[in-house]
Amino acid sequence: MKLLFEFGIILFITFLGEALYAVLPLPIPASVYGLLLMLLALCTGVIKLEKVKRASDFLIEIMPPMFIPAAVGLVAVWDSLMPMLFPISVIIAATTILVMAVTGRTAQFVIRRKKGRNPENE
Amino acid sequence: MSDFLNSSSYFGVTVCIIGYALGVFLKKKLKLGLLNPLLVSIIFAILVIRIFGVDYENFSQSAKCLSYLLTPATVCLAVPLYQQLSILKQHFSAVLLGILAGVFSSLGSVLGMAALFGLDHTYYVTLLPKSITTAIGIGLSEELGGIPTITVAVIVVTGILGNVIGERICRLFHIEEPVAVGLAFGTSSHAIGTSKALELGEIQGAMSSLSIAVSGLLTVIGASVFTNFL
Repeated sequence: MKLLFEFGIILFITFLGEALYAVLPLPIPASVYGLLLMLLALCTGVIKLEKVKRASDFLIEIMPPMFIPAAVGLVAVWDSLMPMLFPISVIIAATTILVMAVTGRTAQFVIRRKKGRNPENE
Repeated sequence: MSDFLNSSSYFGVTVCIIGYALGVFLKKKLKLGLLNPLLVSIIFAILVIRIFGVDYENFSQSAKCLSYLLTPATVCLAVPLYQQLSILKQHFSAVLLGILAGVFSSLGSVLGMAALFGLDHTYYVTLLPKSITTAIGIGLSEELGGIPTITVAVIVVTGILGNVIGERICRLFHIEEPVAVGLAFGTSSHAIGTSKALELGEIQGAMSSLSIAVSGLLTVIGASVFTNFL
């Protein structure tokens, strides 16, 4: 039963996220509201980590297969995608490499500068 | 046969899980980075519904329990985030600046290249969430008026690309700090990239999962501004 209750807590917070999405006029998905609510609940101790840990680990672990139905939806939009295939492929490749390089270099620059300044901290 | 499969309530979800199991099996056997279980399962499911003449709508209906769990699963990303709060505090400025730079280079480069190729607004906002986790990306694409199904495909392809070439990119740009490597994987290629970062080390994996949530949130905020630019 414990696992069911863990799921219950997660679904309740998801429901609260849904409610916030319905009430607030912001372009933020219910899942993000739920994520923030869960983080807040954990940080304030309203929800203890062990009350959601097992169900949460399970849900995160099985996350990749959850994307399959939506990705298969590609067959339904394939015709509208075909003429855009070239630009979209180029954009995906170029921006992914760029984002990776920029993120990593920026973070590394900050870390190493901090290390150089106060080596006793590291 | 086809009529029955089209009306079944459990056919879709079964195909998805069998496809994923097949992907995991192939990855273990052949050890090819390109054979991502997710990629394999998507191709498998597309082949199955084509061969058996199942409508996408009916397939989607009978696989609904999987997509249904996507929102609660995203809510659960708060748990690793909470557990890694101490790493986050220790490297707070590097984490924040790294992810910020990544998110804005993502939004900026998509804007620039969309303008370059003359894409219309719908395709532009469809591509904007390309580097964030699907759960947030689908919602964002819908919100901004994009085509969620294409967004999902773009996000999945982005993730697999990051997973496959990430190590080479990090070497090429001399990104060596484990924290920086993790942030690079998570910010550019979300959960699928994170699975590779987890293989590289604990810190890389931790920072990468942290980036999924943070870059997702920053992208939601940033994209609501960037959507007005094209």
